[in-house]
Amino acid sequence: MTAPVDLGLPGLAGVPTTDVKQTKKDFTSDQEVRWCPGCGDYAVLAAVQGFLPDLGLARENIVFVSGIGCSSRFPYYMNTYGMHSIHGRAPAIATGLASSRPDLSVWVITGDGDALSIGGNHLIHALRRNVNLTILLFNNRIYGLTKGQYSPTSEQGKITKSTPMGSLESPFNPVSLALGAEATFVARTIDSDRQHLTSVLSAAAAHRGTSLVEIYQNCNIFNDGAFEILKNRDSRDEVLIRLEHGEPVRFGADGQHGVRRNPSTGSLEVCAGDDPGVVVHDATADDPTQAFALSRLADPGTLARSPIGIFRQVERPAYGDLMAAQLDEAAAKQGEGDLQALLRGKDTWTVA
Amino acid sequence: MTVKHVRELDRVVIRFAGDSGDGMQLTGDRFTAETASFGNDLSTLPNFPAEIRAPAGTLPGVSSFQLHFANYDILTPGDAPDVLVAMNPAALKANLPDVPKGATIIVDTGDFTPRALKKVGWETNPLEDNSLSAYKVHALDLSGITMEALAPFDLSRKDASRSKNMFALGLLSWMYGRSIDGTVTFLREKFAARETIRDANIAALKAGWNYGETTEEFSVSYQVKPAAMPAGTYRNITGNLALSYGLVAAAHQSRLPLFLGSYPITPASDILHELSKHKRFAVRTFQAEDEVAAIGAALGASFGGALGVTTTSGPGVALKGETVGLAVSLELPLVIVDVQRGGPSTGLPTKTEQADLLQVIYGRNGESPVPVVAASSPSDCFHAAIEAVRIAVTYRTPVFLLSDGYLANGSEPWQVPDVDSLPTIDPNFATEPNHDGDGTGEREFWPYLRDAETLARPWALPGTPGLEHRIGGIEKLDGPGTISYDPNNHDHMVRLRQAKIDGIAGIPDLEVEDPGSEARLLVLGWGSTYGPIGAAVRRARKAGHHVAQAHLRHLNPMPANTGDVLRSYDRVLVPEMNLGQLALLLRGKYLVDIVGYNRVRGLPFKAEELADVIMEEVGAL
Ligand SMILES: Cc1ncc(C[n+]2csc(CCOP(=O)(O)OP(=O)(O)O)c2C)c(N)n1
Ligand code: SF4
Ligand SMILES: [Mg+2]
Repeated sequence: MTAPVDLGLPGLAGVPTTDVKQTKKDFTSDQEVRWCPGCGDYAVLAAVQGFLPDLGLARENIVFVSGIGCSSRFPYYMNTYGMHSIHGRAPAIATGLASSRPDLSVWVITGDGDALSIGGNHLIHALRRNVNLTILLFNNRIYGLTKGQYSPTSEQGKITKSTPMGSLESPFNPVSLALGAEATFVARTIDSDRQHLTSVLSAAAAHRGTSLVEIYQNCNIFNDGAFEILKNRDSRDEVLIRLEHGEPVRFGADGQHGVRRNPSTGSLEVCAGDDPGVVVHDATADDPTQAFALSRLADPGTLARSPIGIFRQVERPAYGDLMAAQLDEAAAKQGEGDLQALLRGKDTWTVA
Repeated sequence: MTVKHVRELDRVVIRFAGDSGDGMQLTGDRFTAETASFGNDLSTLPNFPAEIRAPAGTLPGVSSFQLHFANYDILTPGDAPDVLVAMNPAALKANLPDVPKGATIIVDTGDFTPRALKKVGWETNPLEDNSLSAYKVHALDLSGITMEALAPFDLSRKDASRSKNMFALGLLSWMYGRSIDGTVTFLREKFAARETIRDANIAALKAGWNYGETTEEFSVSYQVKPAAMPAGTYRNITGNLALSYGLVAAAHQSRLPLFLGSYPITPASDILHELSKHKRFAVRTFQAEDEVAAIGAALGASFGGALGVTTTSGPGVALKGETVGLAVSLELPLVIVDVQRGGPSTGLPTKTEQADLLQVIYGRNGESPVPVVAASSPSDCFHAAIEAVRIAVTYRTPVFLLSDGYLANGSEPWQVPDVDSLPTIDPNFATEPNHDGDGTGEREFWPYLRDAETLARPWALPGTPGLEHRIGGIEKLDGPGTISYDPNNHDHMVRLRQAKIDGIAGIPDLEVEDPGSEARLLVLGWGSTYGPIGAAVRRARKAGHHVAQAHLRHLNPMPANTGDVLRSYDRVLVPEMNLGQLALLLRGKYLVDIVGYNRVRGLPFKAEELADVIMEEVGAL
């Protein structure tokens, strides 16, 4: 029942599958979900529980590891193996797990504070190493669990409990950050767009190496409407850029806007949809320059001109695979370890 | 040729000292290796600056290696050198205060220029101003003779003079009847790719030996006969190497793959280096981005069924604290190795201290009991590591394993154990649901349903069907392990976790060595003070005093009879390289008064110093 089957998904190669048909219910734990009513986290949970059965993986070989924050409660609600760890450290913990257990599908659940403040270091190094993980970064641009302080993705000037006169800091753009950290898979999606969310999650799971998925997630209690302009029917077409691999980058209700390269600065800028210079999106390009330029289109404050979709999806050996290969190579070259010989060493003497 | 006499000695302490670039550690290592295979008992103390290449010729740049060897079993690297080999003025000046009058000093005069003397604050040359008249001084131009000996080689002056350490080694080897064969083989391998350097070093080594043999400067050589040791196969081993081997052996004995997460830090890095070599034992080593990630990865690997280990020193332990607390809550096996160094903060990175005891026992938020095991000698690091793993795996708990800078770099002979004689450790993974559930007849898995005897919870690995479960740092309901904020449950869980650690079985009673059973003074130690305390107690006994000695290997929990032992002596003396951390614990736990002897000089205690303290205490009774 649990023999590995080639799913054609490199990210899940080696993970046992099952023939038994699975449903959303199989992935739902008996724990009562305790997010605030209306929280965007519910939609993401539903999407994950809804799409995992399609992968046909043995449920016992899936592990969710999270840090601390509202979003990090996620593993409790999944009927898989799971660890709710400590603030910011999930990528590090998952690195040890994934690189020693290639037969597991390891997911990291984290928030904007968890991943980008306290855990920033672990995030960038997981991306750089390309550990085989799928990281879901729930970005609500606020600290939810601690009741509403600004976060490293909050817009400058934001009024919160800890910034009554407005935040002084420039926000991180998580996609730009991930691209700068040598990530091999970087995507962004939105909690309310189930279809888009699911398609991005599928691609992320299929990718071998670290997949970073930034999910714009509404915190209706402390930062309600943070992504409203990207969601509202009246505004979204004008400000949301849907990236499709191999397609020209256009947006607007009728594709009347496009994105082209400014010949003198080399950066990307908005142009007319029929401009001959409209760039074609290539997520698989080796050079991350255009993906990075696309990530810079968004206004750091309002998020207008935010691209969503897969920015980058390139192949690079995964850390755990390289580690396993070194172990195999050592055993092949020197033979399996012989403990008694190791303890003896070369320079011994005998007392009779 | 002059007639040479051979004089027999019971024991000798030699100290090689030079610039950090002079290769003194290598010289000491090689002399040690030959001495070990000759069959002497020995103990070593490397002492080097934190800077990789402190300015040449300066006092802070002096690096030294002390070796004590004897024809009987010895416990320490020796208080004071009988022979000092000083390769430059700085080495002479820095080490002179430790050299007792009447001792031998062999000095390389090659660098005794007015400039070099001035650099260390000497107005006149001590070799000429009679200030060393209390010592047996051999002032030799070792650099010059080495360069002469290497004239046939196509080497720059600088390269040629680099081999002077090998010349010195050859000379000392002649003086103490050590073979140089092993070092010749060593040099052949080390410089296999650089023939000229290889041959020059071998030539310098032999020249040093021949110099001793032929020159009139030395009329006597010495013999220290092999020590009587229990039959067996021996090797020389440092604490860091023994600790690394202990971890590999424990992984082998528990059939768990070893996963080391580590971030480089002196004096622990060599464990990372060593374990990185043993990939064919399926040892995974992960050099993390920081200490927090290092322990996190180790804990993640433990969750997946590996033997998770992280190695560090005091500053790293401070960073790992929160994750240790998580491991306490998750109740997963994890070994945290703390090779202690001088603190606080960066402190004395290359020097020894044992001031992390309270940090590892108490340095976390909440009631967070963690077992603590401390190694007592370089070779004991091997067995202490296995014991730490036994406790971690059996009781599903993080365990601190304490070593220190002295044990890490110091070495001694080690009787190589037979692998079959090592204890086996049973991970006893959960394979099936363990609870009847809600009456539907379907069995459930409760991740916090404990073993009645050990109070350990089941270790269920991802990949085991039917045992899917979630664990975390939030308080759990006793049994099911689901989140619980219930006040009584929390009180219960806090006590359960404590009871689990307090009840760890297999901790032997504290053994007291009290020949004649007449002692009224007990000297109690822990960790690396074992050797110095033992040597000091021997001295006091030789001087006719009755003294009892005991040493704690388990600092948490302590052996069950500890309180009784303490109370059965009129006075308990606890020497520690801190300001009284064990003493504080003992007073608090057992309500006995403790006399502390505390020094934090970054160096191990000297036997003589401790013997004086012991005799003073005995005298006061
Ligand atoms: C070491 C530590 N510091 C601080 C906290 C308090 N804390 C918990 S969650 C959190 C921020 C969470 O923000 P985010 O990651 O954005 O998650 P969200 O709640 O918004 O989903 C903070 C500061 C903690 N749990 N641990
Ligand atoms: S505080 Fe915000 S993020 Fe947290 S559960 Fe409530 S709505 Fe969701
Ligand atoms: Mg947040």
